[in-house]
Amino acid sequence: MLQFIIRRLAGAVVTLFLIGAVTFFLFIAGPSDYASLACGRDCSPTRIADIREALGLNLPVATQFWQFMSGIVMGRDFPDGHCAAPCLGQSFYSGDMVWDTILDRFPTTLTLTVGGTICFLIFGVGAGMISAYRRGSTLDKFATGSSMVLSSFQIYFLGPIALTVLVYSTGWMEDPGYVPISEDPVRWFVGMSIPVVVMATIFTAQYTRMARASMIEQLAEEHVRTARAKGMTKKYVFFRYAWRGSLIPIVTVLGIDISSMLGGAVVTELTFSLQGIGRLAVNGAMTRDLPLTMGVMMFGAFFILIVNILTDIAYAWIDPRVRLS
Amino acid sequence: MTSPTKAEGSGPAVALDPELAATSEVDKPKTLEGRSPGQLMWQRFRRDRTGMICAGVVIFYFVIALCAPLMTALSGTNPYTLYGQDPTYVDTNPILDDFGLPLGYFGGVSGDHWFGVEPQYGRDLFAMLMYGMRTSLYMALGVTVLLMVTGVIIGLIGGYFGGRTDYWIGRVTDFFLAFPQQLFFIAFMPVVTAFFVDPQEETPTYFRAVAILIVLWLLGWMGMARLVRSTVLSLREREFVEAAKVSGASPWRIVRKEILPNVVSPILVQFTYQLPSTILTIAFLSFAGVGFVEPTPDWGRLFAAGARYAEQDPAFMFFPGLALVIFILCFNLLGDSVRDAFDPKSGR
Repeated sequence: MLQFIIRRLAGAVVTLFLIGAVTFFLFIAGPSDYASLACGRDCSPTRIADIREALGLNLPVATQFWQFMSGIVMGRDFPDGHCAAPCLGQSFYSGDMVWDTILDRFPTTLTLTVGGTICFLIFGVGAGMISAYRRGSTLDKFATGSSMVLSSFQIYFLGPIALTVLVYSTGWMEDPGYVPISEDPVRWFVGMSIPVVVMATIFTAQYTRMARASMIEQLAEEHVRTARAKGMTKKYVFFRYAWRGSLIPIVTVLGIDISSMLGGAVVTELTFSLQGIGRLAVNGAMTRDLPLTMGVMMFGAFFILIVNILTDIAYAWIDPRVRLS
Repeated sequence: MTSPTKAEGSGPAVALDPELAATSEVDKPKTLEGRSPGQLMWQRFRRDRTGMICAGVVIFYFVIALCAPLMTALSGTNPYTLYGQDPTYVDTNPILDDFGLPLGYFGGVSGDHWFGVEPQYGRDLFAMLMYGMRTSLYMALGVTVLLMVTGVIIGLIGGYFGGRTDYWIGRVTDFFLAFPQQLFFIAFMPVVTAFFVDPQEETPTYFRAVAILIVLWLLGWMGMARLVRSTVLSLREREFVEAAKVSGASPWRIVRKEILPNVVSPILVQFTYQLPSTILTIAFLSFAGVGFVEPTPDWGRLFAAGARYAEQDPAFMFFPGLALVIFILCFNLLGDSVRDAFDPKSGR
């Protein structure tokens, strides 16, 4: 187990390094000259030269890359101060330390991702299990049908609808916004509830369908039938035998989906004007801010890799037949 | 290859599913004819009413999107004219009030503007939606075909040659899967655009389209490659492939004649699932502001505008949103039907 985790972590470090390298070289070594990109239209050559000088862009590319990568491990010194160990550089645009900016914005994205995941796991998988348990009933038909329709909605369509109904026309709730949980848990909850629910709704629908299918498959398994034949109650068999087995495909898909959940959080942030990682990525791309974009990309990749490793561990825990190796 | 027990029973009485058995009863007096897997699939599909209706709806969308200029000729509008600002229209037929909001009900729906108008500019929503759908659908079709072809080639190579080739292709696939996709899309659109155009100049729309194509292509082929690889991996050990090998067929022939026909159905099923998701990704790019920009009409851009106007004019969102929901719903149902038609065992 320990060996598995160590090996996966080592693999993750290599992947992160490669992602950093690809991002970096596409940005810098590509034909797009950052300085003129940042300067925009109608930019004088001297101004471009100044920008290049100030940002260290006239150093050899390899040196720049080395500076960036070593900064993550050892920290870096900038003219206006030292940047401690996980240093992702200094934003070209605002001059802030990228790592601090990301840490500042990440709680919003984390709330969306984790909150959304909890919501759709409870409601989505729950609804799927119930409709599998009462297969063919009106309840089942309703759950299957509505999940089909709901999964066709998009965050950027459902979000404005929710805002119109709950905020603009009725005034039942305030405009969503992020308040740190340490500051005021109640306002944190109220402020994030609409975005989290909207994001979860889209995913809930997929998981309802999947949980239902997986549960039905499990119920047809031989060990489940044997348990029923031995005289165990339907409820007992359902919750003790089939339930666990049906989780396996769900956990697998959950691990794959983490990337799209991060993406979902990005769309949700843009829809509700929240200040999270996604907004940061858009800003970085719009202002052609290399360190910011690099930082966001590597942070996002790190997040996904960690969750993937956790998923694999959860997988082995649920299904004892899986040996981590 | 066919087991003896099966071979014995392979008369007209053996039917692939109960529904087919019923028809073959009726057909009995006629001559028996063999059906190819494709024909069987088509027959099963034709019997699936949901699938047929959804296929109709999807085709309808593609047709009206293709005929966008025709549709707007019918409505007499076009997606670029600012009906709310252009003096020739403002004087004769004002459609916006002093705050730039549409006059009339439901976002300014009228005989001239069937789906209403955009606040502030007064562009015609119907024309924008028609042209926007054309941009999105055909863009997505191109991207999806490209993804499919790339994925199939990479998957075939990995699955067929196995060993070290497969190992390294697998590692590369894993690496690409580790990218935070949406973040990458957002971050690289401006960079890729800059590959083609000097940032000091205006970017032509078709360069943007090429940039979208490249970015989506780069991070989109992995799912297909994995699917094809695993299918080919199991096919490779099958007897008919061994037989072809023993009789001296070249790898190219084996791939083309023995393996490829057997991967067609998973590819087609995957295609029907991939296309709507590509449409949504392109819409996402435009929504985030890095895809198509003003004034190119695009489905995703309508949502960005809709979110902006949601507070003052929620009706603007209605038609593009409803159109998208119906389209995606039908496409998903169609995907399920196609899967069921290819593989009757996977019934829900």
